[in-house]
Amino acid sequence: MSMFSNNPALRWLMHNPIWGFVLLIFVFFSLSADHFFDARNLQNIVVQTSTIGLIALGMTLVMINGNIDLSVGATLALAAAFAVDVQSWAAFATWGNWQILPAVCLALLAGIAMGAINGFIVWKTGVDAFIVTLGAMLGIRGLVFVYTGEQSFYAANFAYSDFSMMSLGPFPVLAVIFVLAVIAVHWLLSRTVHGRNTYAVGGNREAAVNAGIRVGPHMMINFMLIGFLAALSGVLLSTQMGAATPNLGRDYELWVITAVVLGGTKLTGGKGDIIGTLGGVLAIGILRNGMNLMQVPAFYVYVILGSILIAVLFLDKRFNRTQNGGLRL
Amino acid sequence: MTMPHTPALQLQGIVKTFPGVRALDGVDFDVRPGEVHALLGENGAGKSTLMKVLAGMYQPNEGRILIGGKTVAIRNPIEAKAQGVVLIHQELSLVPEMSAAENIYLGELPRKSLGRVDWKTLFAKSNAILERLKCRFRAEVTVANLSIANQQMVEIARALTVDARVVVFDEPTASLTDAEKVVLFDIITDLKAQGVGIVYISHRMDEIFTLSDRITVLRDGQYRGTLDTAATNEDEVTRLMIGRSLDLTRHEAPPEFGKTMLEVRNLSCAPLFRDISFSVRAGEVVGFYGLVGAGRTEIAETLFGLRSPSAGEILVDGQPVQITNPRAAIALGISLVPENRKEQGLVLHMNCRDNMTLPQVQDLTSGPFISNGAEIAIFDQYRDRLAIKTPSWKQSASVLSGGNQQKIVIGKWLSMQPRVLIVDEPTRGIDVGSKSEIHTLLRELAAQGYAVIVISSEMPEVLRVSDRIVAMYNGRIMREFDISEVTEDNLVQAISGIKAEEVA
Ligand SMILES: Nc1ncnc2c1ncn2[C@@H]1O[C@H](COP(=O)(O)OP(=O)(O)OP(=O)(O)O)[C@@H](O)[C@H]1O
Ligand SMILES: [Mg+2]
Repeated sequence: MSMFSNNPALRWLMHNPIWGFVLLIFVFFSLSADHFFDARNLQNIVVQTSTIGLIALGMTLVMINGNIDLSVGATLALAAAFAVDVQSWAAFATWGNWQILPAVCLALLAGIAMGAINGFIVWKTGVDAFIVTLGAMLGIRGLVFVYTGEQSFYAANFAYSDFSMMSLGPFPVLAVIFVLAVIAVHWLLSRTVHGRNTYAVGGNREAAVNAGIRVGPHMMINFMLIGFLAALSGVLLSTQMGAATPNLGRDYELWVITAVVLGGTKLTGGKGDIIGTLGGVLAIGILRNGMNLMQVPAFYVYVILGSILIAVLFLDKRFNRTQNGGLRL
Repeated sequence: MTMPHTPALQLQGIVKTFPGVRALDGVDFDVRPGEVHALLGENGAGKSTLMKVLAGMYQPNEGRILIGGKTVAIRNPIEAKAQGVVLIHQELSLVPEMSAAENIYLGELPRKSLGRVDWKTLFAKSNAILERLKCRFRAEVTVANLSIANQQMVEIARALTVDARVVVFDEPTASLTDAEKVVLFDIITDLKAQGVGIVYISHRMDEIFTLSDRITVLRDGQYRGTLDTAATNEDEVTRLMIGRSLDLTRHEAPPEFGKTMLEVRNLSCAPLFRDISFSVRAGEVVGFYGLVGAGRTEIAETLFGLRSPSAGEILVDGQPVQITNPRAAIALGISLVPENRKEQGLVLHMNCRDNMTLPQVQDLTSGPFISNGAEIAIFDQYRDRLAIKTPSWKQSASVLSGGNQQKIVIGKWLSMQPRVLIVDEPTRGIDVGSKSEIHTLLRELAAQGYAVIVISSEMPEVLRVSDRIVAMYNGRIMREFDISEVTEDNLVQAISGIKAEEVA
């Protein structure tokens, strides 16, 4: 123990065990999978990670706040459907490439609106966020099917799908967007009053209320943010596919929650950070990518991730216990 | 001494009801600038509720609040603070994962542009306040890593964040060490000199009589009167509070003791305590006296299987035993009433009865079902015994007054009829009437042949209940006293680490 705690790098790793795991699998795949370490593949990993990663940023806020959002996959599908469909509306037929703009704006607004509805219901009724967003998950997914008539939409404007191939210098634009979002949300959470109050509400809601913090608006803002990020993720995903399918984003809520919990955010709220979440999504991204390169069947990824999830939480508990002076609770 | 007699704050005819409870029934109360006004009453009398009305956490059903002579509406805690009213809560109201500084300024973190937190100002101001309180930790530390006493200091630090007109302390000393109490009393004197009105709630008569200028007594939510401290005495206040006088004599000559029930040999748990040896016989009450932080709670936790000792032996009935978890301890007949009731002793959202019968519910069955009648019988018995104030057993434990929650926890373990009962600060936050009832109960348990260990930081308490007193200092046993040889002086010496002069 004492040997560990003297070295700041090791001490940091002890508090962020997921980054140790990221490092481990990174080295492992670099050595054992051909082409893993290629610059191209590394870019790929970041792009692939960004889909889940963007939502995970929002989920971190919502979970630290003491809530959860299960409707993100459905919101993603809704936003993707809007973004692809609206650009082919007759009203924008003469807009050229500008027809993409109203489509994307509408898609993002839809995401914010879904989040606002979730947040508002949780705030005003006091019903558990799990239940509210479970309902929203089913409801929104249903809407998507109604809206698309169970069909896939294909982007009419080729500029739309070209967007995902663009690069800023050596960096793919999708990766750049993700990194910017990481920085922005990290800043929001760690530097702003809203971010700190998010921790306070999740850490001890009664104390927050006693101190005069208005709990409801903070929760609402965080739900709107996750709605926005889920929609953004949906838009970017549809640019990669040049299409939107009604089943897009199925199970994403599970991947996202796994990543966030891997990153050390507590399900009960009050604890967690973006650095951890970034580690969580990278772990999932690297694992999926590396095992794909090694041609391991995809379902093994589930088995490994499940085991890792439990192992990381176990380690976390161990470390926290020794910190409490060995008191068994 | 002349005092300005226009009150800084006045409450008139306050009524507050909860479902099934009339918590406040037309209460009048006022605080003058520069006075300490003590608020007294039994557990559940409505003291905390009255102060929460004042702080904007509850809206009264009737009555009005006047500040500086003008009627005001206080809709939430921020408005109260803006009016200069600060409430230091009875139960810690802190966010454990956040820094001390953020907790001190919770709800009003200093801002920069773009809604950013102004960390520099925050830490500078918080550290200045902590320095004034002579705290030995920095504002940057996470609250979860602080001791309960230091957490209490963080709570108190909130009173110094604004130019307060009135500061309410709701049982602030419950978990403070004597040294910290002195600092707190200095701060109170300081605030008083600046013309701040202080409301002070406590069940400790000695504090009330040293600090306060006036005393107001509540009983069952009703106003019973206001007395000048200088013109009254403990007995009068007690009678106003509980309707009778208290018998404060020490218990009679020690009875015959039975065989040794629990023995501890050279028990250590570095760095918390070292080399602890003592024994408890059937029929005996052993008091553990020392300052907060002397290692007494940790010994109790070790005996109850919550910590692993690093060396030493525990013997129950003369047999060496390994106690690795609380279930093993309960199976051996050892029970612990923990110090921190809210976190360790209660399932807050469960009702009163279920909380009380929780550890023995598997024994209270009729056929495959839990026997409702048996559970209620146990609850009724201890509700009467301990004077627990609740409209019915169905009430959720979370809404009981602080003292009544404590009583539920005590009742829970007493009803288990353990062979060795360890109680940690059994009367912290408990009113004087029930306090003496609990003391009597502990004596009775011993008389029935149980072995009882009482951990307490209150000297009158250990002197009243114990047959033997173990004095601890800094993780070590300094001395063991028989009740006949103990005096206040040699006890104080022992717990401050001064060895009794040894005869060569
Ligand atoms: N939120 C609530 N819902 C229902 N009943 C409540 C609530 N808050 C308090 N009560 C009841 O109101 C009464 C007064 O409680 P209060 O906390 O004011 O007592 P107190 O005088 O502070 O006692 P203590 O000395 O034990 O702290 C109690 O009977 C309590 O059970
Ligand atoms: Mg109270």
